[in-house]
Amino acid sequence: MSEKKPRIRVRGLTKIFGDEQHVALPLLQAGKNRDEVQKATGAVIGLQDVTFDVDEGEILVVMGLSGSGKSTCLRCINRLIEPTAGSVHIDDTDVTALGERDLMELRRTRFGMVFQQFALFPHRTIQRNVEYGLEVQGVPPAARRDKAMAAIETVGLKGWDQHFPSQLSGGMQQRAGLARALALDPDVLLMDEAFSALDPLIRRDMQQELVALQKRLKKTIVFVSHDLDEAIALGGRIVLMKDGRVVQQGTAADFLADPADEYVRRFVEHIDVLGVVTAGDAMRPPVAVRPWQSSADEALAILTQSGEPVVTVVCEMGRFQGTVDADTLRRAGATELRLLLSDRDACVPRSATLNEAVARLASGRGEIAVTGPDGELFGVIANADLIAALARRRVETAH
Amino acid sequence: MEFDIPHIPLAEWCDIALDWATEHFSGVTRAMSAVVGTAIETTTDFLVGLPPWLVIIACGLLVWRLTTWRIALGTVLGFAFLWNLELWRATLQSLVLVLVSTAFALAIGIPIGIAAALSKRFWRVVGPGLDMMQTMPSFVYLIPAIPFFGLGAVSACFATIVFAMPPTIRLTALGIMQTPPELVEAADAFGSSRWQKLFKIQLPLAIPTIMAGVNQTIMLALSMVVIAAMIGAGGLGGEVWRAIQRLEAGQGFQAGIAIVVLAVILDRITQHIARHMRRDRQQG
Repeated sequence: MSEKKPRIRVRGLTKIFGDEQHVALPLLQAGKNRDEVQKATGAVIGLQDVTFDVDEGEILVVMGLSGSGKSTCLRCINRLIEPTAGSVHIDDTDVTALGERDLMELRRTRFGMVFQQFALFPHRTIQRNVEYGLEVQGVPPAARRDKAMAAIETVGLKGWDQHFPSQLSGGMQQRAGLARALALDPDVLLMDEAFSALDPLIRRDMQQELVALQKRLKKTIVFVSHDLDEAIALGGRIVLMKDGRVVQQGTAADFLADPADEYVRRFVEHIDVLGVVTAGDAMRPPVAVRPWQSSADEALAILTQSGEPVVTVVCEMGRFQGTVDADTLRRAGATELRLLLSDRDACVPRSATLNEAVARLASGRGEIAVTGPDGELFGVIANADLIAALARRRVETAH
Repeated sequence: MEFDIPHIPLAEWCDIALDWATEHFSGVTRAMSAVVGTAIETTTDFLVGLPPWLVIIACGLLVWRLTTWRIALGTVLGFAFLWNLELWRATLQSLVLVLVSTAFALAIGIPIGIAAALSKRFWRVVGPGLDMMQTMPSFVYLIPAIPFFGLGAVSACFATIVFAMPPTIRLTALGIMQTPPELVEAADAFGSSRWQKLFKIQLPLAIPTIMAGVNQTIMLALSMVVIAAMIGAGGLGGEVWRAIQRLEAGQGFQAGIAIVVLAVILDRITQHIARHMRRDRQQG
């Protein structure tokens, strides 16, 4: 996708819990499955051969149900859990090969972590909580106070810095948790079910704010979640895990369009299709297109032949200009199309979700254009196309 | 049925060990005894030399600052009662012994507790030791104390330290080990060293539990100081001891009630401080 080198590379990560891991690992590598190994050795397989990349500046959601190994996977990245085999690289540093001291240094400078149950220190004020990472780095008090205050302001907790965690609501506590991670200005944020303990409404706000924050601060975020809607709201790639293995990675739309197996299919079954499928997925090539200097008569002929509700008008550069419907064309005779244009905004970008397309279609004349970044015409979606796209997903997910 | 099973000479072994220790260390311990003994005596004499009302008011003010006016008032009334019973000198002797023993017990016990919390192996050694220290009849500690420290306050102090220390060790270790795992994980995730984790997170969070241990240690110290009267520690225990020897029930109860009053005062003060710290932790 991007030419940049990935910020984090996870390769063949395997975690076996229990004392028998050195017996269990060869069995696993010899191709025995999780249950067989567990029966033979008593060791529990937490992760098995997990491989993925995280690009710089992206939000990667590691998703799965409880027990799928997603949290274990996250903790292996900064080695809060020691992986049994495999490697984790952040840029050119092999995290899995670091000694204790170097690992400590790496955690202090490169990683910020946010926890499901917030894990704020109850005996410290919000300010002192947010300062914590800087404090262990040995940053002098004045400097760390400034940075902490800046982070507190970033997450919208200004004025609460002298309060204790127990005096804050859940949502505010997690803002403080986020501020504590941001204060270090780390490259990577590790977020473990960070919003799962919050009320649905607050959760949605926090998701939106995180996306906005990430656009501004360009952090690389690995976000663990069990909630597909959350993964979609965060809008990035998803690594779907089951029983300690990666089942599929890609965007939610990829999962819908081409599920790797029955499990993925069932996982995305109840997904809100309108929020995931893009206009680019649902569009078809335009049939009734005319440049804007052609006459209405000419356009009417094409329109009648095509059976489209409107003719789509483009300029010399191929950019979308607007639409003209059949009635107008009939009345206009030889007039140039450019003088007849209406519905100049009957278009959506290719990356827009069907939700936006539906809204446009509802206020237009039965067809909208799908455009690229410079307004160039890529395709069209008519009411029937939308219904067909939805029906296609339903059919796919029903089988 | 008669079997000629040789008995295990446990008592002899203990004697041999003690004799050996006495021979090699009693020089040092006697010297220590002289220093500590002088310190205890000087402090007691100084306090006894002051007018009782002055000491009582000073104690009242101190307690008021540390706790509430109610507890301060209780302290003043309690001490006035003990003065009125003409047990003032004995009270001060006991109080000084309790405080000195507790100070030593904390100075030794808290670091041991921390070490026990940090090292599972050390905890496995210390745990049974603590059980033994607590189940051993407290009188037994008095016997070896004498050859090391001689009759009197220092021996009492030594026996009291051994007897009163376990709760502090135990609760310090417990408090640290009970730090919520997610907080330990958070501290680790931000790259804390072992000591940073200990001093910035684990110890501050363990303080309420440690204070509960301190409270118990003070209570045990008081009970031991009373028993230590048998080896000449004096104080309120000495009054009880004398009453026993003379079969003076009234005198005995009077001294006994005085001990209860002192115990209640010490307990209320330390409990209040412990509770206050727990509230602090939540709200500041």
